[in-house]
Parts: sequence; structure tokens; C-alpha cells
Amino acid sequence: MKFDLETVLFFSLAVMAIGSAIMMITRKSPITSALYLILNFFTVSGLYLLLKAQFIAIIQVLVYMGAIMVLFLFVIMLLNLQDEKILKEKFTYRKITAVLLSIFLFCLLSFTIYFGFSGKFTAMSDKAVEIGTAEFLGSELFTNFSFPFELASFLLLAAIVGAVVLAKKKFE
Amino acid sequence: MIEINYYLIVSAILFCTGVIGVLVRRNAIVIFMCIELMLNAINLTFVAFSSFMGNVNGQIFVFIVMTVAAAEAAVGLAIVIALFRNKESVNIDEINILKW
Repeated sequence: MKFDLETVLFFSLAVMAIGSAIMMITRKSPITSALYLILNFFTVSGLYLLLKAQFIAIIQVLVYMGAIMVLFLFVIMLLNLQDEKILKEKFTYRKITAVLLSIFLFCLLSFTIYFGFSGKFTAMSDKAVEIGTAEFLGSELFTNFSFPFELASFLLLAAIVGAVVLAKKKFE
Repeated sequence: MIEINYYLIVSAILFCTGVIGVLVRRNAIVIFMCIELMLNAINLTFVAFSSFMGNVNGQIFVFIVMTVAAAEAAVGLAIVIALFRNKESVNIDEINILKW
């Protein structure tokens, strides 16, 4: 493997993504977890840029980091939560089971990836740059995928109404 | 040149980290954040396949997944606020009124 810029960028972004994910699930304070999750989203958006998906990378920054994480931080600060007690206990039965199950899941996934895709898809498609642009995605969204697009807008409307009804003062 | 395997392995590691978070953490909001992490890992897989196969469907799907994640976060956090108002806690061990 030669060490060009793409390789260096990929490995540094991947290490940052995995590190911030691990930091996120081990911090006691929810605010710190949320900030590490924002860092994780940022590195994943860098990986999208490496995959030549510019529009998705920008949408990731705007929607995930801009909208969803602000909502999370707002709710955490509104509720004024305390640190979690369970993370202070060292090794409980539940924790060990969870980690073992996840390692088993990872072994299963990497087994599938190794035997399913090693040797295939070694280079990025020539159309990758063209596909990632806002122009191409927009034209696809409004022609071939107009029905799912409209369904998504309905889903957002339902979510807005549902959130307002659920968070109302009186719970009838 | 980076092969697709590397992206898939990173995505698998992120997904499994999210699974550990959901199983270990007891704070409802942190569990929501771990679910967002898992959705993000899946999005990475979709975009990787989309770029390597030259097919646009994966990126359209990522678009829809982001919409669903936003809707889920809004409704889920509203539920968390309603629960906190009733029980003064977001620890999911104490939220067991539906348990028979």
C-alpha cells in the first residue's frame, strides 16, 4: 500500500471516528458524550468527502451536527441531568455480557466483509464524482425518487405535530 | 488506493460501539445518541457502496435515513421530556410502567 494523501487522510479520520465513538460511550456526563458525538459526525463527514459524496457530507454537517445535535444538547441542558452512576461500577455482569455480544457481532460482520468483498470493488467508480454533486442527487430526487421524497416530507410533518403534542404541558 | 473493505470495517466498528452504548448506558438520552451513532455507521456503508458501484440509490437512501433520524430525534426527545416531567428521571431502569 502506498502512502498517498488519501490513505493518510482515511486512516487519521477512521482513528478519530472510532476514538470519539469510544470516548462518547464511556463519558459519564451526557454533555461530554454529545460533544464527542459531534466530533464523530464531523470525522464521518470527512470520510464522506473522501468517498466523493460532497452533498451528503454537507448535509451531514447541516442536519446532524447543526439540527439534531443542537436538539440533543438543548434537551440535556433543559433537564439538568446528573452523571450516570452505573459507569462508576467497574465490571458488572451486564457490562461484560454487552461487550462480549458486541465483539461477537463485530466478528460476524468482519467475517462477512472479509469473505464477501475482499478483492471486489478495489477502486472507486468513475461515476463517483458525478453522483455526489447536489445537481445529480437533486435531479434524481425530483424525478425517479419523487414519491419517497414526498413521503419523507409527510414523515417530518407528522414528527413535528407528534413532538409538540408529546411535549405539551398537560398529558391527557 | 483504499478498498471498500476498509470503509466497511470502520462502519462495523462504529456500529458495534453503538451497540455497546445502547446495552451499557442507562440514560435514555445517551441511548438515543448511540442509536444516532449506529444510523451514522449504516449511512457510511451506504455511501461507500454508492461510490464504489457508481449507483446513486445509496446516497438517496442516506438522505431518507437522515430524515427518519431527525424525526426520530424530535419525537424521542419529546417522549423523554414528558417522562422526565412525570418521573423526574431519565434512567431507563426506573421507567418500567409498561413492564408486566
